[in-house]
Amino acid sequence: MFAFLENPKFRGGIHAEEHKAETCDKPIATNLPLPKKLYIPVQQHVGKPAEPIVKVGEHVLKGQLLAYSQGTISAPVHSPSSGVILDVQDFPAPHPSALPIRTIIIETDGEEKWFKYAIPEKPFELEPEEICLRVGGAGVVGLSGAVFPSAVKLNLGRKNQIHTLLINAGECEPYLTCDDLLMQERASCCVGGIRLMLRGMNAPKAIIGIEDNKPNAFKAMQAASAEFEQISVVQVPTRYPMGWDRQMLRYLTGKEIPADGRATDVGVIIHNVATAYAVYQAVCLSKPLISRVVTVSGGAVSKPQNVEVPIGTLMSEVLAFCDVENEKLARLIMGGPMMGEVLPHADVPIVKASSGILALSHDDIFEPEVKQCIRCSSCVTACPVGLLPLEMASRIKANKLDAAVDLGLKDCISCGSCSYVCPSNIPLVHYFKFASGELFSRQQREHKAEQTKRLAENRTNRMERIKAEADADARRVMEARAARQAAEAQAKVLEENA
Amino acid sequence: MNAKPISSPHISSARRVDEIMRKVIFALLPALGFGIVIFGWSALFLTFVTVSSAIVFEAICLKLKGGAIESYLLDGSAILTGLLVAMTLPPYAPWWIGVVGSGLAIILGKHVYGGLGQNLFNPAMLARVALLISFPIEMTTWVNVSPFFTGLDILESFKITFSGAEISDAITGATTLGFVKTGFSQAQLLPDLLSDYSGFLAFIGWERGSLGETSTLLILLGGIWLMRQGVIQWFIPVSLLASVTFLSTLFNLIDSTHYLSAWVHLNSGALMLVAFFIATDYVTSPNTPLGQLIFGTGCGVLIFVIRSWGGYPEGTGFAVLLMNSVTPLIDHYIRPRIYGRTRDGKPIEGG
Repeated sequence: MFAFLENPKFRGGIHAEEHKAETCDKPIATNLPLPKKLYIPVQQHVGKPAEPIVKVGEHVLKGQLLAYSQGTISAPVHSPSSGVILDVQDFPAPHPSALPIRTIIIETDGEEKWFKYAIPEKPFELEPEEICLRVGGAGVVGLSGAVFPSAVKLNLGRKNQIHTLLINAGECEPYLTCDDLLMQERASCCVGGIRLMLRGMNAPKAIIGIEDNKPNAFKAMQAASAEFEQISVVQVPTRYPMGWDRQMLRYLTGKEIPADGRATDVGVIIHNVATAYAVYQAVCLSKPLISRVVTVSGGAVSKPQNVEVPIGTLMSEVLAFCDVENEKLARLIMGGPMMGEVLPHADVPIVKASSGILALSHDDIFEPEVKQCIRCSSCVTACPVGLLPLEMASRIKANKLDAAVDLGLKDCISCGSCSYVCPSNIPLVHYFKFASGELFSRQQREHKAEQTKRLAENRTNRMERIKAEADADARRVMEARAARQAAEAQAKVLEENA
Repeated sequence: MNAKPISSPHISSARRVDEIMRKVIFALLPALGFGIVIFGWSALFLTFVTVSSAIVFEAICLKLKGGAIESYLLDGSAILTGLLVAMTLPPYAPWWIGVVGSGLAIILGKHVYGGLGQNLFNPAMLARVALLISFPIEMTTWVNVSPFFTGLDILESFKITFSGAEISDAITGATTLGFVKTGFSQAQLLPDLLSDYSGFLAFIGWERGSLGETSTLLILLGGIWLMRQGVIQWFIPVSLLASVTFLSTLFNLIDSTHYLSAWVHLNSGALMLVAFFIATDYVTSPNTPLGQLIFGTGCGVLIFVIRSWGGYPEGTGFAVLLMNSVTPLIDHYIRPRIYGRTRDGKPIEGG
């Protein structure tokens, strides 16, 4: 009845300063000097970490398997260059905590000698299952930042008989242009990847959604896909967070994914355009995912640009390549400015999820004083999900986490639109992340308490059983002894009688 | 370099609280300026009194509360409250009415609840209603339009505002709403009661009334500018004005001798000011579009009911306060639909 109050295609959102002009017209730099050492974490994806199969001291070739995937949701990692395995040890991860995770360290030999994989003659005629196998084997994961193993999604699409493959080329985060550049320069590879994905999922059609602030990418993709009528390229308005997959899906198909469901529930699978490119590389050229395009930008970067970086390169080397002025650097971020994570230092490796490194200056991050909420409802208007950020924050402030959950805390996507528009500069997303963390640890505590209780009960039962058994044994021994004594006594009597 | 655990987002819009306040003040200025021009020196003095006392009260309250004073004192909210109080007062009201008004608004209307953003009632309306009930004579002495240099000179005006000089009956009269209400009580009927009424002058604002409420035109322009600036949304003003228009037209059609036309309603009293500047107060109105439509309609209906059948000729203050009191209730029940869920929070059906 009140649907007229809701924009059916796009709800909320913001339009921030784009800062894309700094990088979107420059070609992707492919001349980053090969680092002396590469640091490849075994977990760069959602799911179980990969298990190393190489030994320290072993020589590996470019593209060679370093660690294999474990279980259904996992992904292998490959060597980004040729060289010698120096060590397999814990090394700081590209995460706000920079806590160490298991990492394979390679000393490169500079020869860049490829491991020989057979290249399929007719990649577009491979069986769907074969395509999925190859995608999985190449370690392709979602490159928008979610890093979900792509092969799992392709199989899911095939099993659910989806009708549309949605290619998310929104790239709505300010500053980031890596997908834009990839489409401008390598559109036919992206389209090839999309065709392979369609085949891998037995899906009839694909829609590519590109924000209208990327006219060159749009034209390139249109030209590259012109001869394939199953692929259509659509311009979508530039409005953050258009690249939120559920938002893009609603905009392009008018359908909404149920809160407890997946895109497959409405017959759609969503992949990122850079993932499509990686799929093409994996299937057509048998190249595993060992490098990616990274946007290096921000006020502290003198030469902002997109760089093709081998996975495992330290961010500090990439930053040095783009001439970062350290005295200007106020905050280092992996990802975009709206959802990216702060890194404590740049001595962490580039991983599959690293779409951007932003070295922001003090001017970029303008942080006025936090004031009281004036209930202006700007956050309500900006929320693309339809939440009440101000109400949720006030509940969390009062430590009423359950009340915040009732208001929809778990539906929050942390897009940052609310914090961005808040005239009082209240760190709303921070509240929500804090509350989610608290809820998680509470859940874990409950889980632990339950576990302890169960173990204690088990122990009591076990002890009782043991005791009962011991008693039974003792009784048996006593009985046996009594019987023996009785028998002996009887024998004695018999003997005496005899 | 900063290594504190800072949450995304790392950028922020340039919009700030003080900028919002500045824009609202800016949008009020034409109507206020017009009021000062047509009512002369006393109006200027009264505005000065309310604004300066609002700032003083704000400073005292912030001081008592402790913590940062400057950033809140300079955010413009106290000035805005002072201006709104002035605009809703009779232009020749004595200085102490202005001081009491600002005090009520800032102390009782705002700080006893915890300050900016915490109050239940709109401070300016709270002050207006409290003054109206406490000091009915001072609050209903309406003077004729008497622009600068045609009416009282600066000294006489000064005496009226600051030393309780008598206001001559010759320069006072009733507002349209008051005149009509009195007329009804004397069994007079409508077309006759409005024989001297000019709809055009009422629209321009050339009539008796509160200091800054008379000019429908200028308030409307200020309000539209605020909407275009994105400071306020259309939901409350439009629903409020539409409901008053609808009801007054309906009853005027049924009985034109007892019910004023929509035009008279829209151009009388505080209606326009309330629709664009008072009812849209962020703090005391609902958060959601639907909630705001309900709120605006509620205000409009109550205004019409009080004006038509209540004891007071003007009902905007009471209407707004009543709707303020149900805002938490509206916000509790009216929530936006969450993506992927129905209005009652259950996941939508797939496919």
